[in-house]
Amino acid sequence: MKTWQIMSEALPQMLKSALIYTVPLTVISFAIALFISIMIALVQYSNVPVAKQIARFYIWIMRGTPVLVQLFIVFYGLPKLGLVINAYVATVITFSLNEGAYMAETMRGALESVPKGQIEAGYCVGMTYWQIMRRIVLPQAFKVAFPGLSNSIVALLKETSLASTITLPEMFMETKRIASRNFEYLILYVEVALVYLAITTLITFAQRKLEKKFNKGY
Amino acid sequence: MMLEALDIKKSFGELEVLKGVSIGVEKGDVAAILGPSGSGKTTFLRCINFLERASSGTLIFDGETFDLANITKKQIAEIRRKTAFVFQNYNLFRNKTVLQNVTEGLIVARKVPKAEAREKAMDALRRVGMAEKADSYPHELSGGQQQRVAIARALATDPEIIFFDEPTSALDPELIGEVLGVMRKLADEGMTMLVVTHEMGFAKNVSSKVIFMDGGVVLEEGSSAEFFSNPHGERTREFLRTILERDEENSSVTETPTEGKE
Repeated sequence: MKTWQIMSEALPQMLKSALIYTVPLTVISFAIALFISIMIALVQYSNVPVAKQIARFYIWIMRGTPVLVQLFIVFYGLPKLGLVINAYVATVITFSLNEGAYMAETMRGALESVPKGQIEAGYCVGMTYWQIMRRIVLPQAFKVAFPGLSNSIVALLKETSLASTITLPEMFMETKRIASRNFEYLILYVEVALVYLAITTLITFAQRKLEKKFNKGY
Repeated sequence: MMLEALDIKKSFGELEVLKGVSIGVEKGDVAAILGPSGSGKTTFLRCINFLERASSGTLIFDGETFDLANITKKQIAEIRRKTAFVFQNYNLFRNKTVLQNVTEGLIVARKVPKAEAREKAMDALRRVGMAEKADSYPHELSGGQQQRVAIARALATDPEIIFFDEPTSALDPELIGEVLGVMRKLADEGMTMLVVTHEMGFAKNVSSKVIFMDGGVVLEEGSSAEFFSNPHGERTREFLRTILERDEENSSVTETPTEGKE
């Protein structure tokens, strides 16, 4: 009985911080990461000189260092250079840059899976390179990239819990705060884990639905 | 001459694939380019539509002269607008329906209004017998049907000449006929075509002209009748002998256990 009481008292606070922080952070970071990943993948796929090297360098740094360390550099480190960024913005910047690197690799693989002959066919009917990219190659690449991108949004959602280390009152931070008052660590941390699980389950469910819809076409 | 290629050269690194190829195609010609594998026929066809960049050479098309070594993007676009290309592997846009495959070049590249593009596309699809599949996706079609759609895509843009790169080589034997049938019909309608092919029947019976290539050069160029009845060069005779023997074997023997398609 007591367990249920603790859980039901904490739940509204958890959901509230999820709605204000965790979910919006995930959605915004994912949207920016998606944009970054398409650009980074395209300059590599299209072999744009210089930009291609910059893209490789960016991916190398982002994938090669821990996201928590990146978060600390942005939030605690940059103020030393006079760049003070609030916790929310620091989180969005770090996570979109970090996940963008992973998603760029997903996108690049997907782009390369589209048979090249269609590009030649596009040229032959008079289309320009970017028309072919936009209308033929990218739509097909998205379909291939979709499961990988879904993975990324799930990863992002869970990673937002790291923002608790830079004072952002997202869901995990809220849970820690409640727990430090009533010392019910086990119950509350299991509960917050279940809330994360519920949200990722929803995302996975949406992914399955969308995949089915895509597969109806071509 | 509608199209004239003069002294076209192309190297891939050290390897010189085209060693100065010159041909001419008149309006209404159906010219078959024949030759053994590795003779450079496909590379040549790709060079005159700029899918490969020739190292040097001249193209005279529609009365205009283009220096292939220094051709501009604008000139390439101009030539491509008046030509069409049919690939060995069809290369249909997989995310588009049959109809969209045909309208894409009209709507996107030529800014033809949608309704008009649709009409033109349906017209082209009717000509290749694929109108009833307009709403299908490429993966729902057989290879022969896909190639017919690819031909419709080429036709819809009203090209002055259509280039075919081994249009039946990727097809199962029983599907070759329907594609050749469509090409024969186009030939009868007066379409100018330049066809790289291994189909001797087509070269002999449909094409008006044969260009025989080997080792990156044109060894023989002349009327189809002349080529098959009275081949001049020793290489030509040898090639014809092997090819005709192969075809005979394929048609007379029901089982051809070791004989490959090429």
